[in-house]
Amino acid sequence: MVSRKGIRHFLTVFVLAALALSGCAGNESLNVLAPSGTSAEKSLDLIKLSLFIMMGVFAVVISIYIYVLIRYRKRKGKDVMPKQVHGNTIVEIIWTSIPIILITILAIPTVKYTFDMANTRASEDSITIKVTGYQYWWEFEYPDLGIKTSQELHIPVGKQVNFILEGKDVIHSFWIPALGGKMDVIPGRTNTMPLDAKKPGVYQGKCAELCGAGHALMDFKVVAQEEEDFNKWVAQMQKPSPVQTASQKQGEELYRQNCLGCHAGTNPNVQGPDLTKFGTRTTIAGILENNEKNLKMWMMHTTDVKPGSLMPKIDYLQPQEMEALVDYLMSRK
Amino acid sequence: MGTLLVLIVFALFLVAIFTGGYNKDLKGLLEKSTVWDWLTTVDHKKIGILYFFSGIFYFVVGGIEALLIRMQLVVPQNDFIVGDTYNELMTMHGTTMIFLAAMPLIFGLMNVVVPLQIGARDVAFPFLNALGFWLFTFGAILVNLGWFFGNAPDAGWTSYVSLALNEYSPGPGIDYYVLGLQITGIGTMISAINFLVTIINMRAPGMSFLRMPLFTWTTFATSALLLFAMPPLAVGLLLLMFDRLFGANFFDYTMGGSSIIWQHLFWIFGHPEVYIVILPAFGIMSEVISTFSKKRLYGYTSMVFASVLISFLGFMVWVHHMFTVGLGPVSNSIFAVATMTIAVPTGIKVFNWLFTMWGGEIRFTTAMLFALGFIPTFVIGGMTGVMVALPPADFQYQDSYFLVAHFHYTLVGGVVMGLFAGAYYWWPKMFGKLLNETLGKIHFWSFLIGFHLTFFPQHFLGLFGMPRRVFTYQPNVGLENLNLISTIGTIGMAIGVLAFAANVVLSFVKKEKVPNDPWNARSLEWTIPSPPPAYNFVQTPLIRGYDAWWIEKQAGNKSMKPAEPIGPIHMPSSTFVPFLMSLSLFIAGLGFIARENFAAGILGLIMFFITMFVRSFDRNHGCHIEPEEFDQANKGVKA
Repeated sequence: MVSRKGIRHFLTVFVLAALALSGCAGNESLNVLAPSGTSAEKSLDLIKLSLFIMMGVFAVVISIYIYVLIRYRKRKGKDVMPKQVHGNTIVEIIWTSIPIILITILAIPTVKYTFDMANTRASEDSITIKVTGYQYWWEFEYPDLGIKTSQELHIPVGKQVNFILEGKDVIHSFWIPALGGKMDVIPGRTNTMPLDAKKPGVYQGKCAELCGAGHALMDFKVVAQEEEDFNKWVAQMQKPSPVQTASQKQGEELYRQNCLGCHAGTNPNVQGPDLTKFGTRTTIAGILENNEKNLKMWMMHTTDVKPGSLMPKIDYLQPQEMEALVDYLMSRK
Repeated sequence: MGTLLVLIVFALFLVAIFTGGYNKDLKGLLEKSTVWDWLTTVDHKKIGILYFFSGIFYFVVGGIEALLIRMQLVVPQNDFIVGDTYNELMTMHGTTMIFLAAMPLIFGLMNVVVPLQIGARDVAFPFLNALGFWLFTFGAILVNLGWFFGNAPDAGWTSYVSLALNEYSPGPGIDYYVLGLQITGIGTMISAINFLVTIINMRAPGMSFLRMPLFTWTTFATSALLLFAMPPLAVGLLLLMFDRLFGANFFDYTMGGSSIIWQHLFWIFGHPEVYIVILPAFGIMSEVISTFSKKRLYGYTSMVFASVLISFLGFMVWVHHMFTVGLGPVSNSIFAVATMTIAVPTGIKVFNWLFTMWGGEIRFTTAMLFALGFIPTFVIGGMTGVMVALPPADFQYQDSYFLVAHFHYTLVGGVVMGLFAGAYYWWPKMFGKLLNETLGKIHFWSFLIGFHLTFFPQHFLGLFGMPRRVFTYQPNVGLENLNLISTIGTIGMAIGVLAFAANVVLSFVKKEKVPNDPWNARSLEWTIPSPPPAYNFVQTPLIRGYDAWWIEKQAGNKSMKPAEPIGPIHMPSSTFVPFLMSLSLFIAGLGFIARENFAAGILGLIMFFITMFVRSFDRNHGCHIEPEEFDQANKGVKA
């Protein structure tokens, strides 16, 4: 009975591991096992190496375990007196030294990769992005391009992106599973982390450190684009978006009165996401699909959608005013 | 509050009426009552039982919290428990399981078993033992009081700043955490010192250090760890208390503080804490496997040195909890390699257990089944432990469900299974009753299968990009099925725990008594009646080697050789001072949490000093049990 349990253990571990490593479960946009960046590939290399070594150890342990349980179980009617052995120096030296060897095998690539992954040397082919974590949203600033945006990070494919991570309120952790490991965003401290994307696509980003009520919903998107598309996006971000219709004009006025304090950084206590190019985004608050219906819903029910959100519910506007405000925001392209 | 007072007064009157009213002498009545006996006891076995049942109680509380967490996560975008409430549950689940369930369960077994295993009549400081327990109890109540008054702690069991500072956690929740854990922490420190002194000073004649049973050895190692690991936690909590209550700025970076200091202090305590709870489980494993294989523990000396080495290395690795903090590749590499080395002594232990069974005669009792379930489960936890020790890989695992799976494999698959093995093994010694084997097997199988079903999928949840401590996840990203399986698994664990609860109740209903040595075991605790008399040993035994009782049995002896003539036995007197001391610290803690004015807090501290004063002038030097009274006293501990 017990032996069957052992075999089952082994089989489940093996089958599930094989399944997972072949990448046929999980979603490509946030799967550690389906990497799209150099850093994530390195992590996965080490995950595989360590897993295979460990599976070897497990196989040895479980074989002895099963053998012992079958061979030396108490049999009915027999009463044996086992020999009271103390131990065996040679055997004990063997099972002390083999793990030491295995650990050495693991330690060498570990140390090498640890140093590789901390290398944020700036080169011609790299760009720098400053990331700031707030409760519960992300701000992305491209110091060399003069762009500031939030919730949606655009990066060019094939270039090293050096992230500069800074915290303002509590500790967050910046994690894009498909592109690489995470790095904490700590108030009063500047961390750096290089990442890159090897193929274009939309990847999901997460906050990985408990940061309060809205922690689970502190998501962001990473749009990796070919150089050409990325440059188009940069150009779009840099050009102003003039107000065109009367409704947008009214919306702009409402925006000034109701939103600007937080969303343009004039309020010293509360900092909200930059909305200059809100119309280009695919999501609202990092979690809702960006359309007019969701935008209205978000503004009316902020804290119900995202618990702990610092944005008050904008439920006091007339329906027509709301339309105008939404129209204005959507035209920010 | 008013209603509560009226109810209390009413209840007191009811008690008075049913116990005979003013015709009876209240003080006499009180002193004879069972409740008073347990409130004032200094007997290590009774204190052990108190610890053990407190541990079971909080294990159930923490378990219910876990069930609620899994219910919220059963489907994506569930709205059963969200936001702050979820954070409270998740925080209290971790805090409760580590500090209020695992620790007292371990202290319970250590208290009951260690003095018996070394042939002592009690621990070195019975008064401190009681004080330790009551401090733990009142601290534990304080931590949980947040559920009823204000809000529960909600910054995770690690309570990282700045989230745990006033600005981001404005309610009293974190105050409960800080002061409650501080009070239990004092109790833990006191108990650790007590065990160290007991083991060093009170071993029976002939019991050298290298003849001590392995559970005693791991208790010794754990106590040493506690002695050095609790002070950093106490300091951290003190700083956090100053920040929260008195407006200090140790952790506020805008005022020159640093939020990383908390993480260092917490993990300098927190990592040894992992070994604090797992080492006694290793000890239990060694006892159980050796007994039920009918063989001497294989490689005893290497087991002892492995335990000591694990404790030593346990202090060298705390930064592996902080690989993503950005301390740089040099420190990450050093701590990674240090962490990996712990696999070596742990591996030695696993192989020694396997080779203890090799050539033995294995009996599959429930205790043994739990020990056998422990081995593959803990090996998986240990293997993922090596995997998370590699910083480049850990950048992906850190704070994801992979990590949740890893530490539940070590803490539930390791510590809890070890504790269950210990509970089934020593139950007859603690209460003089055997636990039912059939129920035990139901317990084991449903718990084991439920456990793997719950936590195995969580490895993949982490790898598929699910961070830990999230109250929800998005649909259509490959997380639904595994979360569902994980929640289904908890049912198995719940059934297992219910079977255990039924087993406990049935064992107390049962009439039949067990003999001294129901398992054909090997160490000293099995030479005396179950349950043991208050003084444990009529005559202190003479120890002639490791596995002392087994040696005598092999030599054909029915009992241990005495090391002293029969004579009066000195016993410590019961005292209510530890209870009062702890109560006054509880009042002080509550007073400080209430803030506004610290009057109640100061009152509590004054009460505390008065009780210390009372203790200082206590001239009661205990009593003696005369040889004629042995038979009478032999009735043992009331269960």
